[in-house]
Amino acid sequence: MITEEVKARMREICARYPDPRSGTLPCLHLAQEAEGYVTPDGIAAVSEVTGTKIDEVESVVTFYSMYDRAPTGKYAIKVCTSISCYLRGCDGLMEHFEQRLGIQRGQTTADGSFTLQGVECLAACGMAPVLQVNGEFVENVTTADADALIERLKRGEAVAAQPGAWNVLPSKTGASAQQTAAGSGSAQTGKAK
Amino acid sequence: MADSVDTITTENKTLPLGPYPRFVTRNMDVPGIDRIEVYREHGGYAALAKALQSFQPEQLVEEVKQSGLRGRGGAGFATGMKWSFLPPTSPKPRYLIVNCDESEPGTFKDRMIMELNPHMLVEGVIIGSYATKVHHAFIYVRGELAFAGRQVERAVREAYAAGLIGKNILGSGYDLEITVSRGAGAYICGEESALMESLEGRRGYPRLKPPFPAVVGLYGGPTVINNTETISTLPAIVEHGAAVYGAYGTEKSKGTRIYCLSGHVNRPGNYELPLGTPLRTLVEDFGGGMRGGKQLKAIIPGGSSVPFLLPNQLDTPMDFESMAAAGTMLGSGGVIVLDEDTCIVGAVLRMTEFYRDESCGKCTPCREGTFWLVQLLERLEHGGGKESDIDLLNDICDNMLGKCFCPLGDAATSSIMSSIKLFRDEYIHHVRAHACLVGPGATRAHAASVTPVSAR
Ligand SMILES: Cc1cc2nc3c(=O)[nH]c(=O)nc-3n(C[C@H](O)[C@H](O)[C@H](O)COP(=O)(O)O)c2cc1C
Ligand code: SF4
Ligand code: FES
Repeated sequence: MITEEVKARMREICARYPDPRSGTLPCLHLAQEAEGYVTPDGIAAVSEVTGTKIDEVESVVTFYSMYDRAPTGKYAIKVCTSISCYLRGCDGLMEHFEQRLGIQRGQTTADGSFTLQGVECLAACGMAPVLQVNGEFVENVTTADADALIERLKRGEAVAAQPGAWNVLPSKTGASAQQTAAGSGSAQTGKAK
Repeated sequence: MADSVDTITTENKTLPLGPYPRFVTRNMDVPGIDRIEVYREHGGYAALAKALQSFQPEQLVEEVKQSGLRGRGGAGFATGMKWSFLPPTSPKPRYLIVNCDESEPGTFKDRMIMELNPHMLVEGVIIGSYATKVHHAFIYVRGELAFAGRQVERAVREAYAAGLIGKNILGSGYDLEITVSRGAGAYICGEESALMESLEGRRGYPRLKPPFPAVVGLYGGPTVINNTETISTLPAIVEHGAAVYGAYGTEKSKGTRIYCLSGHVNRPGNYELPLGTPLRTLVEDFGGGMRGGKQLKAIIPGGSSVPFLLPNQLDTPMDFESMAAAGTMLGSGGVIVLDEDTCIVGAVLRMTEFYRDESCGKCTPCREGTFWLVQLLERLEHGGGKESDIDLLNDICDNMLGKCFCPLGDAATSSIMSSIKLFRDEYIHHVRAHACLVGPGATRAHAASVTPVSAR
């Protein structure tokens, strides 16, 4: 069910654009948040607020990879499988998750806790291998980290929303600081834990 | 090390801010810089005030032209020039779009800007919109980057509340609305015309060009579209002036850009360096060299859409012209480093799978071509390929190059064609030995019989 309150938020989003149809993608995100996945109800609501046909909304839903058309697990673990993560062992990490969770990529555990997916480059290639849990990043993931992560999620501890583990260099003395950092040999990529 | 760095970048140059200025990554280490109060304490929005007070829009366009700034989204088109293609008047409203759809494999700079210093981006949007006489700008953030999107949304809200967006900004009489929008998972939406389709609430299918966006863009109006980093550089250019910015880099590739270093190096990460800095400086000095003391095998210098370079090209300067002369492209700034233990066929397969999955399906050469390329590469990688498959790969690439509706199809061929050229023996080894030359899939007994081109 899409409540009137959610619809009101949808209308507010559509009003930010010269044409309400532009609200289609963000409103579908809202619908998915409200119901766990994009349902016929959600599509109807988006069609109504954007003033577009059901078919048109459906064609958007089927084009974009983030819209789920069926319920997923409580925690969606999305492991990046693109080139930079591949070079730093994402396939092994993925297999580790498959073993630990007893499912293949693309599947959900029988208890509905975990969905495991392979996804394309997540713009975190310097912190490879990386994954997202329900949209939040976990970077520089070892298999030990993966085990700890599963345990934390089982205890109901969500992954915190926070910036990536960027190698931010001191900017005060721009030049020399960057040089020192470059020459120091110390690891700059801290771990987001 | 510091010496070699200095001599390379200071040759025949006066460098007002030292050899490694931080234009677009400055203050990212300041705690709380993502909040407007802290951003302003560190001089934030002063460039905006300066732009509104001291520049007419036309003068700003001229200043950006003078700075030599070129697009950081991939093609490297001159930013000021692009802006000047907008018709002076038009019946429909004009728009500015910031392309925050970052999804080229190997690229992770725009996400950093959005997460750590979103106000710098917002300030850039206001300056760029003023210069191009736009009254409604859009920031299109990749759907998967939820935290980055929220950071940008909050920065926009804070800037509205501070009177920096909206009516009569800082008493200048200039009005601007900014809308932050979110994608939903589709690499093709980084392509500018597909992005506009997406922003209008449709599938992200590229549009036929011409007309170019500067003439017919979003909602049919003249539209400027620039990359996150391009726009985020504007405050520094206004603050320091075009001359200071343009003192860095090379004759035709001026300023600095963020290089995203990933793969088999000791210190992957984002490094802002003057254009024209040699690859070696990035990989060895900043990146700390090869992980585990391994030998370098190949480099992809501009995201997964560009051809490979070999170790003997490590001294190539990282500017648009030098990269083109070396047979590749600077692209999105994603520098991916592969060590000796990497199976080239396996790596190329992985990159090609990306294009197969992300092909929007609108045109046949790309939709079918990427599918067949993956089939052939898979067969080769797993030891079931034929020698004729190698030529067939080239053949399919030939049938895609220049024949696809948008550049994604061309991009898919880069790693394949260049790897066959540079590492043909390694492909042949897969056929004859039914195993990889190196890496987990290799059988060492066979590997001895072939020398990769890179090692000769
Ligand atoms: C398949 C494809 C994907 C692209 N993805 C992006 C992207 O994620 N971010 C981006 O800024 N530009 C991307 N571009 C380039 C844009 O079309 C456009 O040229 C760019 O945003 C212009 O900004 P600039 O001039 O500041 O570089 C892509 C192009 C193609 C063909
Ligand atoms: S080249 Fe590929 S991505 Fe581009 S329009 Fe054709 S099918 Fe779509
Ligand atoms: S390749 Fe995994 S985040 Fe880019």
